[in-house]
Amino acid sequence: MILVVADHDRGVLDATTGQAVTAARALDPQVDVLVVGAAGRDTAAELASYGASTVHLAVSDSLTDYAPLASARAAVELVGRLSPAAVIATGTPRGNEVLAHVASILDVPFAADCQQVTIAAPAHEVVRNRWGGNLLETAKVHSDVLVASFSPHAVRAEPAEGAGTVAEFAPVLADADTAVRVVDRVGEGAAGVGLAEARVIVSGGRGVGGPEGFTVLEELADLLDGAIGCSRVVTSNGWRPHNEQVGQTGTKVAPDLYIAAGISGATQHIAGMRTSKTIVAINTDKDAPIMGYAHYAVIGDLHTILPALVAATRAAKE
Amino acid sequence: MHIAVCAKRIPLSGGRWVLTPDSTQIDTSGPSMGFTLSPHEECAAEAAVQLVEQYGGSSTVLTVGVADSETEIRSLLAVGIDRGVIVETDGREWDPQATAAALTAQVSSGTPEGESYDLVICGTEAGDTADYQVPVRIAHGLGWPVVTNVKGLTITDGVARCERAVGSHREIYEVTLPAVISVKDGVNIPRYPSVPGRIKARKKPVDVVAGDRPEPKLEKVRLDLVAEEQRSAEVLGTGPEAVPALVDIFKNIGVI
Repeated sequence: MILVVADHDRGVLDATTGQAVTAARALDPQVDVLVVGAAGRDTAAELASYGASTVHLAVSDSLTDYAPLASARAAVELVGRLSPAAVIATGTPRGNEVLAHVASILDVPFAADCQQVTIAAPAHEVVRNRWGGNLLETAKVHSDVLVASFSPHAVRAEPAEGAGTVAEFAPVLADADTAVRVVDRVGEGAAGVGLAEARVIVSGGRGVGGPEGFTVLEELADLLDGAIGCSRVVTSNGWRPHNEQVGQTGTKVAPDLYIAAGISGATQHIAGMRTSKTIVAINTDKDAPIMGYAHYAVIGDLHTILPALVAATRAAKE
Repeated sequence: MHIAVCAKRIPLSGGRWVLTPDSTQIDTSGPSMGFTLSPHEECAAEAAVQLVEQYGGSSTVLTVGVADSETEIRSLLAVGIDRGVIVETDGREWDPQATAAALTAQVSSGTPEGESYDLVICGTEAGDTADYQVPVRIAHGLGWPVVTNVKGLTITDGVARCERAVGSHREIYEVTLPAVISVKDGVNIPRYPSVPGRIKARKKPVDVVAGDRPEPKLEKVRLDLVAEEQRSAEVLGTGPEAVPALVDIFKNIGVI
């Protein structure tokens, strides 16, 4: 059996959780999923649609919101009770964080951000990303239970019929386990789509020239129900907030359409968007590195191209 | 407030990566190669310098690495970190468990002046190995709480208020010191070293302690360069004349 730790926020599964369940099914047909918190009860049906056999729902009065160590304690309790061959999550910030706690408590290795996982004895084998996916590491994992996260979008989520039986349990938690938890949220309900979930990302780089240059990118993003992204130089210059940065140290994305406007394509940036399904580059330099990753290119000044593109897109939608 | 910052020297490539003939390491002998620190860790050091400016105390940068890591350590001393400690390795990688254990031991033994640390600041993941776990393991080793992926940090009356970016909003975590906090690039904008800062850095202490590498439990077998998809963008045209072709593509892939 493989145990998948679901990443959900107040009952809404992270879009990559189906990928983790799918990846786990390739390792073992029986996949159980841990969902922590009563708010996650309704995720069982969705998890079953990816093939989850049993959904272990950890419920406790102290589990009021995401608390990484408490999630790990619940996972470790299941490891003790069910002896899974592996504990798997998607390598989201929460997924990696919870598995790092799990591995610390169990005193076993943790292989983060894997592309492939093979369960074997005496050592498991993984292929994992380094340098934001620019290098792959093949590694042996010397442990009984394998603790590993899958790189987001390394696996495509495939539907499967699982029972999705909910098994509720009350994990044993100390006060210290919930000491670190979400106590508040700010900026919620702000307009716009989050980068990680966006189907379309309109991203700007140095070539945009300044904060005011992003107005036309915002117009295009609105028309395409997309989000704004940017390169590191843009946030370093203070043109856009840091949460819009795409790249190795920002958010890693894989939308259906990624428009890179005035982005040369530094390795750091490419690492965060290379797996986008369709990449369009708009750049004055036909030899910019981004051209080696883009599917389509328009050569020229984004300041004349984007207004025309906004007008044409608006017309096409009417 | 006494703060330990964990940082690591990593290869810097001016262009493409080249691997050593045995495919286990990045070849750092080329002319366009050098070394640097992870962006997250430059921000970790900046956070420490700002907190010591605000509350007094001291900052120490800890690293597990080769003796030559001193160059990168001194670059952090030049922006205001007080001293460095290198747990010296023979150049082979240490796995995350071994790295965390060595750093935990350094934090446990306190500052060279015999003070206890109140705070450990790390980058959320190293730029090269990207293991996403050393800060959490240090916290478990010390029995301290940990908040990771922090993009906003303020400390008031011994409580750290940490902001974490999630989609388009931010989550707030509060943790009482002593604690481990791992930050991300963007938590602040690291300052550039001043000339006096560089001069002072030469005289600041950097201690070297011998490291004893345990057998790795996460054992690197080899590295591979990601097969570059040899793609050459289809040029739709030059300037606004290309816009109709682009709109057709939007329609074809179903975004309008």
